[in-house]
Amino acid sequence: MKVYLENLTKKFPSRDKKSKEVIAVNDFTFEIPDGKLIGLLGPSGCGKSTALNLICGLQKPTSGKIYFGDDDVTDLAPEKRGVGLVFQNYALYPHLTVRQNIIFPLENLKGKDKLSKAQMNEKALEIAKLVQIDQLMDRKPSELSGGQQQRVAIARALVKMPRVLLLDEPLSNLDARLRLQTREEIKRIQQKTGITTVFVTHDQEEAMSISDMIVVMKDGVLQQIGKPQDVYDDPINLFVAKFLGTPPINVFDGEVRGGKLYVGNDCIMDADTYDRKVYVGIRPEGFVLDANGPLHCKLGRVEVMGRDISVVSENEHAHAVVRSIISAENKLDLASDEVRFSVKPFKVDVFDKETEMRIHLGGANG
Amino acid sequence: MDKQSNKAWLYLMPAILFLGVFMVYPLIDVFIYSLEEGYNSASQTSFGVGAYNFSYVLHDPYFLQAVKNTFILVIITVPVSTGLALLISVGLASIKPLRELYQTVFFLPYVTNTLAVGLVFMILFKKTPYTDGLINLIINFFGGSSIDFIDGPYWAKMLVLCVYTVWVVMPFKILILTSALASVNQDYYNAARVDGTSKLRIFTKITLPMISPMLFYLIITGFIGAFKAYSDAVALFGTNLNAAEMNTIVGYVYDMLYGTGGGYPSYASSAAIILFAIVLTITCINLIVSKKHVHYSR
Repeated sequence: MKVYLENLTKKFPSRDKKSKEVIAVNDFTFEIPDGKLIGLLGPSGCGKSTALNLICGLQKPTSGKIYFGDDDVTDLAPEKRGVGLVFQNYALYPHLTVRQNIIFPLENLKGKDKLSKAQMNEKALEIAKLVQIDQLMDRKPSELSGGQQQRVAIARALVKMPRVLLLDEPLSNLDARLRLQTREEIKRIQQKTGITTVFVTHDQEEAMSISDMIVVMKDGVLQQIGKPQDVYDDPINLFVAKFLGTPPINVFDGEVRGGKLYVGNDCIMDADTYDRKVYVGIRPEGFVLDANGPLHCKLGRVEVMGRDISVVSENEHAHAVVRSIISAENKLDLASDEVRFSVKPFKVDVFDKETEMRIHLGGANG
Repeated sequence: MDKQSNKAWLYLMPAILFLGVFMVYPLIDVFIYSLEEGYNSASQTSFGVGAYNFSYVLHDPYFLQAVKNTFILVIITVPVSTGLALLISVGLASIKPLRELYQTVFFLPYVTNTLAVGLVFMILFKKTPYTDGLINLIINFFGGSSIDFIDGPYWAKMLVLCVYTVWVVMPFKILILTSALASVNQDYYNAARVDGTSKLRIFTKITLPMISPMLFYLIITGFIGAFKAYSDAVALFGTNLNAAEMNTIVGYVYDMLYGTGGGYPSYASSAAIILFAIVLTITCINLIVSKKHVHYSR
């Protein structure tokens, strides 16, 4: 089921006369294709959870429309939309067993949809097998680990075969190792069921790793939509560039002068645009160790990560320490104070200093 | 006994001493009195040991009246007050405007003196040569005839006592239940809403189990409190409760000790032991029933 949001806006009224009203979601228009896994991504407080609540119907939009397929569901109550929702804290009913929790949504069905006890149990078992918790059906949620609770929550959301599955920060309550496992699991379940899935996260790595598409938000405003790799390689503005990628992109104050891009006095590459002040963003993997390279940095320390080494250095024009990742095959003279780099042009993004929008450089930048 | 536990006993000493002197010793004494026939507290003598005291108390029509009154009071007021408190708390939880005002209003009886409240109830219900009382005026307005609630028929007096008791015990229950309801995570309700759960089913399948520990606590303490009722009856009907047919078990115990026909510590002790046995039995039944219906999270 494809989901289409049209000029979706949610404003929260101000608490008192002094504070302004909050626009949590500002004029969203985008389409979520059928059967895809979408990551709604942004720093905390950017309105991503509100967007999710609008899609599932727990909150009513101030203006705009929501379509599931061709149906306008904007004014439908949550239970009539056919959505499954997984909460950040799972919200499993603590007094019910796993089986009772999964069956709970089925017991609400009325009229012609009403199921017999046997049918309900069968459906519950089927979905439990899918998320691999069929051995735990008679336990209480408190007797399960975090990862198992998460699976039960997903099973409960899936048992009615919703048109859209929504996950609110599904991994934030799990430890690092379990998080890796569970995100693969979510991807597997999503692919197996083919249900259009939207999940909210502030962890860009999480979103990039499993999403078919990511939606980057900031302060209620949609920044960019696209395939994870496309958004990473081709960020629309400085915020998106800084938000995606670990280690983060290195940002320098720079200048375009006479068709050349300068950081300080170092001319690092060609830039076919008019002269102006710019921010230069260089991905950590965009540096090449080069004894005659144009970019001069003060060598800080070297972190060995096995396959790669991470060179931490300083540059007076950089906004933070400069972190570059280079292959461990490179030999670095640690006694030297200075390290010189050349850059891979397609890993360099240039942003206008005024608007912070990306300047698309022809040719060199692809 | 090693050094460590010697120290522990030393720290426990003050509490043990006080509890021993003021709780355990009197408790044992009550048992002994209840078995000593014709005990005289002045001469500290008795005729002998046996179950005669219990036999006397159980055959005393005043005691039987007191037991009947107490049971009626318990059976009516505990469910009614708990149910009403639950309704009011759910109502309070679901309104926004003026919630704090209502909470204050509902809590007022809790901080009001029993005897003052008794006086208010007298004004509402008592029939005097000058006025029939507010309640009777209302009854008259709807075409009924006046009833003397304070000195009239038994059922009328019992009604007033029950209304009074419910009114007095409800604020505390509302307080506890309001906070219990507020502590239920909103996500459970959201999850249920998304699944299309009806309001009634949300209440019975989610809200009630979630607040069941608090509800159970209120029912147990409600039972115990109602069995120990005495001052409420005094506030309404004065100290001569036997004459008003409104005595309670605790009232009977008091009368046997200090009342006009008092001075019988043995009978009083027997009655107290019988009350203790009743409360113990009811509480045990409560505990057994609760095993199935009360859900403690974690």
